[in-house]
Amino acid sequence: MFEFYTLLLFCIIAAFIAVETRNLLSAVICVGAIGFGGSLLFLFLRAPDIAITQIVVEVLGLVILIRATISRDITFISGDREFFGTVVSVVIIFVIFLAGIIVFKTIPPFGTPVFAQVPDSASQTYISTGLEKTGAANLVASVILDFRAYDTLGEATVLFTSIIGATVILRRRAKKKLEEPDA
Amino acid sequence: MLYALCFLLFMIGLYCAVVKKNMVKIVIGIMIMEYAVNIFLIMLGYRFDGVAPIVGKSELAEQINSVTAAFVNTAVDPLPQALVLTSIVISLGSLALMIAICIRTYERYGTFDITEIRRLRG
Repeated sequence: MFEFYTLLLFCIIAAFIAVETRNLLSAVICVGAIGFGGSLLFLFLRAPDIAITQIVVEVLGLVILIRATISRDITFISGDREFFGTVVSVVIIFVIFLAGIIVFKTIPPFGTPVFAQVPDSASQTYISTGLEKTGAANLVASVILDFRAYDTLGEATVLFTSIIGATVILRRRAKKKLEEPDA
Repeated sequence: MLYALCFLLFMIGLYCAVVKKNMVKIVIGIMIMEYAVNIFLIMLGYRFDGVAPIVGKSELAEQINSVTAAFVNTAVDPLPQALVLTSIVISLGSLALMIAICIRTYERYGTFDITEIRRLRG
């Protein structure tokens, strides 16, 4: 229990600094701290596959974010903040937080998951018959590549779509050809 | 209590995405929310003294290709782990898309401030 509280508090402190600091580069580095703390948390929560994936994704995401912020640090948000709007949004967020605390009382406490109490739940079936049906020793791999392979296909589709979108937005050549007749 | 801390992390991300005026800060807020949701979903499947859902040599039962009852009763939930794996990879794709939009906007307007961008062109 102790390690979960420590790592979550570390993540929350890093999130506070990332939100409130003025320097964009240090904000990005604090996001990296949240990601690596989360990766350690996954390792303690007995999810090694997630921890490995999180580290890889975190490194790539940090590279992308630093590409966006390096040498562009000149943006200073001047101008008075709308005090009223900030207060209203903080109050609304606090109310949502209190409602969430009430909702968390209705779900089973930490460490006693729902699926263990239902005899024939999907997760219980995957654990007991996954090896027999798919031959994979890693049950997470057997779920994503066999029981729910269409999910993984959809994930690949979404990933390629977003990459195509990013390349279209960042492309330079075709855009100039379109703009020249106008000018 | 751990769930509440997770929710607090989510709320920090929500505050950042709603209140801040810097585009990169908004992207950072969305990323913090993604982390919080992923950690919460993994926490839902954890059980005390659980083992990772990977079958080792000692968990194999007498019959061929079946696991012992002890493993069935102690393994953590593999289903949220598989779905969160998908969600993490997709969040990388959406992050690349958002940052691409931010870089384009900066090249065009020379600022990350969303109120400035609104003021320059309709």
